[in-house]
Amino acid sequence: MGRIIVITSGKGGVGKTTTSAAIAMGLAKKGHKTVVIDFDVGLRNLDLVMGCERRVVYDLINVINEESSLNQALIKDKRCNQLFILPASQTRDKDALSQEGIEKILNQLKKEFKYIVCDSPAGIERGAQLAMYFADDAFVVTNPEVSSVRDSDRMLGILASKSQRAENDEEPIQEYLLLSRYSPSRVKMGEMLSVEDVQEILSMDLLGVVPESQAVLNASNKGIPVILDEQSDAGQAYADIVARYLGEEREHRFIDEEKKGLFGKLFRSK
Amino acid sequence: MDALTQHKPALEFKSTTINVPTLILSSPNLTEIEALLKQKIAQAPEFFRHSPLILDLQALSDHQQELDCSETIRLLRNLDFLPIGIRGANMAQKEEAATLNIPVLSNLPQSSAAAEPPPKPPVEKTTAEKIDEPTKPIENMLINHPVRSGQQVYSKADLIVTATVSAGAEIIAEGNIHVYGSLRGKALAGASGNSNCHIFCSDLQAELISIAGTYQVSDEISDTAKNTPVQISLKEQSLVINPLK
Ligand SMILES: Nc1ncnc2c1ncn2[C@@H]1O[C@H](COP(=O)(O)OP(=O)(O)OP(=O)(O)O)[C@@H](O)[C@H]1O
Ligand SMILES: [Mg+2]
Repeated sequence: MGRIIVITSGKGGVGKTTTSAAIAMGLAKKGHKTVVIDFDVGLRNLDLVMGCERRVVYDLINVINEESSLNQALIKDKRCNQLFILPASQTRDKDALSQEGIEKILNQLKKEFKYIVCDSPAGIERGAQLAMYFADDAFVVTNPEVSSVRDSDRMLGILASKSQRAENDEEPIQEYLLLSRYSPSRVKMGEMLSVEDVQEILSMDLLGVVPESQAVLNASNKGIPVILDEQSDAGQAYADIVARYLGEEREHRFIDEEKKGLFGKLFRSK
Repeated sequence: MDALTQHKPALEFKSTTINVPTLILSSPNLTEIEALLKQKIAQAPEFFRHSPLILDLQALSDHQQELDCSETIRLLRNLDFLPIGIRGANMAQKEEAATLNIPVLSNLPQSSAAAEPPPKPPVEKTTAEKIDEPTKPIENMLINHPVRSGQQVYSKADLIVTATVSAGAEIIAEGNIHVYGSLRGKALAGASGNSNCHIFCSDLQAELISIAGTYQVSDEISDTAKNTPVQISLKEQSLVINPLK
């Protein structure tokens, strides 16, 4: 049976879609059959980040409305044959997402895929709640600033009380903290919260830090999940995160300014 | 100390969240409200006696209807309710509530209060729940996970939280409150009026602390007490914060 991972945050623009694309590609590259679903109906952009926007025919809502089969809607990634994308609809109304419809799709996907990665929309309203309702694991993406951390805290409360697991009194959703757009130099200047600050406020263990990186923009402009840019700091950060999620021990990186050498190398190579 | 030692060291702590009845007012007419409340009380007098209550004025505020907040609270107290908080109030009502020692609670995220169909006072469902289990002894509540922003916990007896209480969270107990993580949200002990209750916490960063309705907000808490382990009690109508050694 597959495992459902929701990539969530509360606050918008913190890097959920970037993370969904990277994690899904990372898991698939490790040989696990993976599907990534865009729950951001009306604003779809996962397909852009994945570089498959011109191959979208059917979407999540078509499948829910039984206007297409699940297999017709799944797009196979051209770079990794273990990876599939289920896009969102740009034109439909969010209300078309129904809990029953989603449950049916997820149950079908669980039989075929090892990991099902759900890219949640921003907010804590219905769309975000539907994306996390059936989850087994949650990656909570947070930026090192107070409002983002506060929203993540709220999201963690919702994960703990309004998921299927919570309602059925099952083992709770496993939560992982992912600190994104981290800039050690700005932390040092006191402009951003440090890793310790965030961990303290959220009282949660850290799965990984993703540095603020030009590589993310470059990659998403080209429609390539940044994890495929193996030379980049952000790509390596996501590779570490996937490895840690799968149980490997890897030391945390990109937390201290010392690693500046890496930034330096990057800029020189451009 | 009395309130502390009298409960038995229970063998089983059950972690349940009890909802506090919320009284949603959608008319500013006090005569009408009183009549309706009396009718409700007649149906289940035991249930309503000394029942804690949160007063929700959002519907009135939304329609710019003016309600005499002090009179309403007096009315509720006369009817043996224990109003422990107010939400959805306008500025004037908040001030009135403050002078009556009623904590002003943050508004609900969205759903329940505002969306519920108004006039009916305390929700029927709560009555049913309560009637189902009339003889169960009151149990302390133990919470072993963080209480997150937006969450609310209510204990009919003592409340023990072994983790952090986030900013934006509310923990309420009719007995004592113990927080072994950082206390960053609101903590209201002695919520049904027991002024012997205490609040203990290992790291005081609270937005609000209250015992039996007497409260202090973060700005009023002395800087020396902040970020330290403390014990809070009520002496002569004012909160006393002592270091916990
Ligand atoms: N580590 C990073 N370094 C630099 N820029 C980043 C990083 N992560 C994300 N970004 C940029 O931040 C913006 C928002 O990222 P993304 O779309 O992944 O966020 P999101 O949480 O999915 O947003 P939304 O809430 O709108 O769905 C994008 O322009 C993205 O390129
Ligand atoms: Mg997104």
